Amino acid sequence: MDVAAVRRDFPILQQTVNGHPLVYLDNAATSQKPRPVIEAIRHYYETYNANVHRGVHTLGTKATEAYELAREKVARFIHAPSAEQVIFTRGTTESINMIAYGFARPRLGPGDEIVTTAAEHHSNLVPWQQVARATGAALKFIPLQPDGTISLDDVRRTVTPATKLVAIAHVSNVLGTIHPVREIAEIAHAAGAVVVVDGAQSVPHLPTDVQAMDCDFLAFSGHKMCGPTGIGVLYGKRKWLDEMEPTYFGGEMIDVVELHQSTWKETPWKFEGGTPIIAGAIALGVAVDYLTGIGMEAIRQHDRALTAYALERLRRVEGITVYGPARAEQRGGLVTFNLEGVHPHDLATVLDAEGIAIRAGHHCCQPLMRWLGVPATARASFYLYNTEQDIDALVNALQTAKEFFHHAIG
Amino acid sequence: MQLDDLYRQVIMDHYQHPRNVGELAADAITVDLRNPSCGDEIKLQLQVKDGVVTDARFRGSGCSISMASASMMTEAVKGLPIAEALALSRSFRAMMRGEEPDRDLGDLEALQGVSKFPARIKCATLAWQALEKAVRPQPAE
Repeated sequence: MDVAAVRRDFPILQQTVNGHPLVYLDNAATSQKPRPVIEAIRHYYETYNANVHRGVHTLGTKATEAYELAREKVARFIHAPSAEQVIFTRGTTESINMIAYGFARPRLGPGDEIVTTAAEHHSNLVPWQQVARATGAALKFIPLQPDGTISLDDVRRTVTPATKLVAIAHVSNVLGTIHPVREIAEIAHAAGAVVVVDGAQSVPHLPTDVQAMDCDFLAFSGHKMCGPTGIGVLYGKRKWLDEMEPTYFGGEMIDVVELHQSTWKETPWKFEGGTPIIAGAIALGVAVDYLTGIGMEAIRQHDRALTAYALERLRRVEGITVYGPARAEQRGGLVTFNLEGVHPHDLATVLDAEGIAIRAGHHCCQPLMRWLGVPATARASFYLYNTEQDIDALVNALQTAKEFFHHAIG
Repeated sequence: MQLDDLYRQVIMDHYQHPRNVGELAADAITVDLRNPSCGDEIKLQLQVKDGVVTDARFRGSGCSISMASASMMTEAVKGLPIAEALALSRSFRAMMRGEEPDRDLGDLEALQGVSKFPARIKCATLAWQALEKAVRPQPAE
């Protein structure tokens, strides 16, 4: 993988921030966009902007074809059996809420269980809390090992015949842990439960095969994988999607409308009420082309190498605590840490003064912060355009921050 | 962007040695506030007698700016009538918007540099928000 060539594809990386070349290490929050993705949005609006699935005119046909082609591209990218199993949403949060409302609520009741972990992003926890409240189902948690991994024995102990749904992130957005979702799906299916995989941090970084994973649902966001904000995906097994109720009712999603009742279109269109995110979907298709052109296996290896390098360098910084699994093989491309004596927000400000963008805070994982016993952490997350030099800049800036605060505090 | 503008010596001193940390008697006004976007927390307690803030204490967790601001705020409002405490809060917020302080804010002026760091303004105002919540006139029953 030619990282220098990749970097040239991302116009935003060519700038200085606060007098320093931008070092963008906040990819788990959102990735940057390559020129073809930006161009695709402009091209759509400049040459064939029209509503989809209804216009008889030329632009409408062109827009519809491009929108549906994007669906096919995404389906191939995640190895979905068919394009009809890809529903365009606003992002991971909306995708998971659609499962919660359309699938879980009508099926669950008192005595049933939802199983998840304390390491989930709020978007894969709060919707299940709401389902539990509304249906009387119980929420159960697979315990975390000290390094943030989960053991399959614990999964077997937590999942029971009463478990109807298991919701887990493929890759933790804080600890970076890659969870064994295929094995978890096996255990869940043996107990008669469905598996919802939060792919927000995995689909952009790892080769994804929903059939090999055998998940029942997969939710992910376009903006973390070189696509624009406002577009995401809900994948589901065909029979679940066919049985599932739509979340939004109105235009676009209907078949026959009468005064007192209506029928819906087929999957996936019944889930896409209202004018969809046309430019976003088309641009996500282009992002998928871009990532496929580089190769997801190459991107994974690049992430892994950077993570290994970051772990090695960060561990040698005095006063640092690195959270999550010890080996890069067990992790996605991110490292979460704290520096003794420097609050993560202060750290992020000092790094920003050096042009380095990291995330500081609870990362939408308040229960996990409590489990770690810290109010907040700092996180550096990598992607295909990051280099070892970026990590060197980070480590050097950490030293600066330490010296600055040591000096300031006296 | 000058870090020294932000992390003034006075701020670091309050961060390192926060004043008025602790708890007041059970009849004190208590406000728990958090900044959900970053996780900073403060528990502010005020003793108010005859419309005057006679004592202030806080506990909290957060960055240097939020904790130093809380420490300075508790020092500044002790002994002030409620109306003056609220006026001070208004002046502080104006300073955070980049306006020149309309009065002598004492140590608090060390926080003026925060106004140049938009991402950190909410850190500095958390304690003041708690103050306003604690003493704002309650609607009549």
